[in-house]
Amino acid sequence: MRVEELFRNEHGRILATLIRLLGDFDVAEDALQDAVAVALEQWPTAGTPANPVAWLVSTARHKAIDRLRRRARLAQKQDEIARHIELTAFDQEAPVPEDRLRLIFTCCHPALAIEAQVALTLRTLGGLSTEEIAHAFLVPAPTMAQRLVRAKAKIRAARIPYEVPSIDALAERLEAVMVVVYLVFNEGYAATFGARLVRHELCEQAIRLGRMLVELLPDHAEPKGLLALMLLHDSRRQARVDTAGEIVLLEHQDRKLWDRARIEEGAALAEAALRGAGGQLGTYALQAAIAAVHADARTAAETDWPQIVALYGMLARVNPSPVVELNRAVAVAMSSGIEQGLALVDDLDRQGELTDYHLLPAARAELLRRLGRHAEAAESYRRALALVSNDAERKHLDKRLREIVS
Amino acid sequence: MRYMLLIYGDEKASAKMSRDEGEAMFREYGQFTTDIRNSGAFQAGAPLQPTSTATTVRSRNGKAVTTDGPYAETKEQLGGYYIVEAKNLDEAIAIASRIPRVRRGGAVEVRPIMELGPQP
Repeated sequence: MRVEELFRNEHGRILATLIRLLGDFDVAEDALQDAVAVALEQWPTAGTPANPVAWLVSTARHKAIDRLRRRARLAQKQDEIARHIELTAFDQEAPVPEDRLRLIFTCCHPALAIEAQVALTLRTLGGLSTEEIAHAFLVPAPTMAQRLVRAKAKIRAARIPYEVPSIDALAERLEAVMVVVYLVFNEGYAATFGARLVRHELCEQAIRLGRMLVELLPDHAEPKGLLALMLLHDSRRQARVDTAGEIVLLEHQDRKLWDRARIEEGAALAEAALRGAGGQLGTYALQAAIAAVHADARTAAETDWPQIVALYGMLARVNPSPVVELNRAVAVAMSSGIEQGLALVDDLDRQGELTDYHLLPAARAELLRRLGRHAEAAESYRRALALVSNDAERKHLDKRLREIVS
Repeated sequence: MRYMLLIYGDEKASAKMSRDEGEAMFREYGQFTTDIRNSGAFQAGAPLQPTSTATTVRSRNGKAVTTDGPYAETKEQLGGYYIVEAKNLDEAIAIASRIPRVRRGGAVEVRPIMELGPQP
């Protein structure tokens, strides 16, 4: 493994252990940077150590003691910290799985702004640089740096604990962690602006974090559902945008481009998530199950729509939302007839909860187009265009509108 | 570590509270305060008179000027506070969420206290 690759892959594990040993984000980050510098200098000539992770943790710890010693000449208190670190037994140096779990719960603490949670998670566990994160979220690097500094200052000043939440709070806090991971994924997957490579890196990071949660919380069903959902979405990455950068709808995608390995892994995880859920089915597991049904169809026409309608029905019970109802309405249109689906979409339109959501008029337009009611379809496409913000989606809607008015 | 819990609520709504409601809330506050005294978290705390009794002091041209009213006109007003000892933010949040105001549509701001060490 190349040294740089090792640093990135193991960044989260090493930093999480150092934060536990040193008790401070900044001290840990500086120490790790020092250790990496030593490694880059020594390894090419002396050879890579047998256990590079242990070597980096140990070296970083010593570097932290040195740094604090140097500063201790000015402040007596720091010397005490340095001595405390030194006294921590060496057998505590080995990274334990809980380290990363503690770190992600700290980074995704609800007392931090969601943007800060995302940035901290990618910085510490993902090993992305501040510049890379800034680039991915289209924010100037100094703004992102300040966001990270503020978040770390709050962790220290307000004493946000570095620990896995107690059993009674765990489910709720895990939910918050999963929101962050899925947000990172969607940022990489849904948005089509910006460099493709950076976006792809975000999806990879989110999937890696999802794998970590599954590995560290094996008794919880929902992380499996989340990982399944991300893998199943990601399996279609090659097929969902054409060479011109335009969106290809699910039914028109070239299914040979779908990543079978990801689909198989995702489908198995979705099943495990549904089986392990007990009484309460999770929203990620249900969404993953829907994605798995789509993935299972060899052609769009072979899609098991009644199954999808049933799954959306279950999702609506667990998580009542007009967006879920809209998806169910479209599935009804596909399984029981377009008019029936359209009636449900019109009901939702009248309820007025989705007036700013471009996908409602977009779905309505699509159904009207299929029914040959072109004038009404055009009106709905125009409504959708007035609300859409994503460029690729705008292009797609515009193309459809031009097709039916010509 | 000490935290200050600043309790905000709609004064106008409180003023309209029925006698029974007011008494129930008073009892709940009594119980809550006793609980955190027993657990050792309580350091200080009190309700405040309404903002109609507030006076704000500012400096204008180097002179202290007083005006009638609170520092800021807001929809919800500071109505009381606690200072509690807690191990970390999670523990402080757990205490704050039990303040009777929270269940009645109010809000509590949790602020860590800056410890300045022993004063000479």
